Amino acid sequence: MPAKIRKIIVQLDETRIEMGRSISPPTRKALAMAVIENPFAGQYTENLDALIAIGEELGALLGQRCVEALGIEPGQAQSYGKAAIVGEAGELEHAAAILHPKLGAPLRIAVEKGAALVPSSKKRGGLGTAIDVPLGHKDAAFVRSHFDAMEARVADAPRANEIVVAVVVTDGGRPLPRVGGLQVHEIQGKDGLR
Amino acid sequence: MIDIRRIFTHVEQIHHEFGPVAATPLLRGAIGVVLTNPFAGRYEPDLLPMMNALQPLGIDMAERLRAAMGVPAQSIEGYGKGAIVGSAGEQEHGAMWHVPGGYAMRELLGWKGDRQAYAQGQGEAKTGQPGNALAIVPSTKKVGAPGTTLDVPLTHINASYVRSHFDAIEVRVSGAPLADEIVFILAMSTGPRVHARMAGLAATGISQWDGLR
Repeated sequence: MPAKIRKIIVQLDETRIEMGRSISPPTRKALAMAVIENPFAGQYTENLDALIAIGEELGALLGQRCVEALGIEPGQAQSYGKAAIVGEAGELEHAAAILHPKLGAPLRIAVEKGAALVPSSKKRGGLGTAIDVPLGHKDAAFVRSHFDAMEARVADAPRANEIVVAVVVTDGGRPLPRVGGLQVHEIQGKDGLR
Repeated sequence: MIDIRRIFTHVEQIHHEFGPVAATPLLRGAIGVVLTNPFAGRYEPDLLPMMNALQPLGIDMAERLRAAMGVPAQSIEGYGKGAIVGSAGEQEHGAMWHVPGGYAMRELLGWKGDRQAYAQGQGEAKTGQPGNALAIVPSTKKVGAPGTTLDVPLTHINASYVRSHFDAIEVRVSGAPLADEIVFILAMSTGPRVHARMAGLAATGISQWDGLR
């Protein structure tokens, strides 16, 4: 059963100057969020398969919206992340059902590859709750220049019986990375770590 | 170089979320250290000396958090880290915590790796279970006003893909960071989400001992 989507929000965050330095090309992050009805709001349910299927649907939809917003080829995506905010009548496990079993595979197709774990966060909250979506390089989690996060928020969501699902895709790392560690050009990209 | 104004510790005990009451409550904790940002207001190209100077602080904070949670190191199953940089700083100032914060927690929890290699971003050859705390410490960071919240991700300390342990804790230090400060954060947990029922890789199924599975 497809998700009942009330809203989709897409944001593009482009950083051109950081600490007085010009960032060229600008670093860019795209955030896509869906506000959906929670089919299990208000009840403890053991089997959350309906939300797992919704996760698969939204991994594709939101991943594609991010790549479109960036105006890039899927293979040019560099890092990703995912998050969910469950409304007051839900439980954290509803977010887990959307995020973890099946959201990753279609998201990885939307960004062409993605050997690395998709970092995530989750919480419960009311309208306008913000969540920080953690980001990591899609091929090698240890690339230090790409450890980052993006704040996601919908002013009028989630209502008590809703869930906000967020996906972020970027085409670069932090604006002025200079704390060493594994570099992009050193990536082997097989084990998802390095 | 390191001027600490405040240390904020938060520990919570979770019994249920309207499902079956947990036999052992889940403990989650976070510690935030508020310190002066030596680079506030200017572009400093070389952040590595400060990153190194933070190592003892990382070790101290990791131990304080464990002590505040009142459990032995062996009870810690999940971890994460984060940073909130005040408005006179830049996102990259938050990145100074990756090595000192991450390494400190992993060492506290029994990691027996090569510190130099880790700092340089290199891997190490491993077989069997070589000590504990094998997995990458997940993180978030942001620049924000005093009282900004940060959602700090938590994942299993030995295998990032253990599904029951994907979690996050919301951390906020009221009144911090001021414009010329940074809040560095560590987080730990003693178990899975209280009503985890998503199957996938279980903690008992860890077998590769590569920090992922």
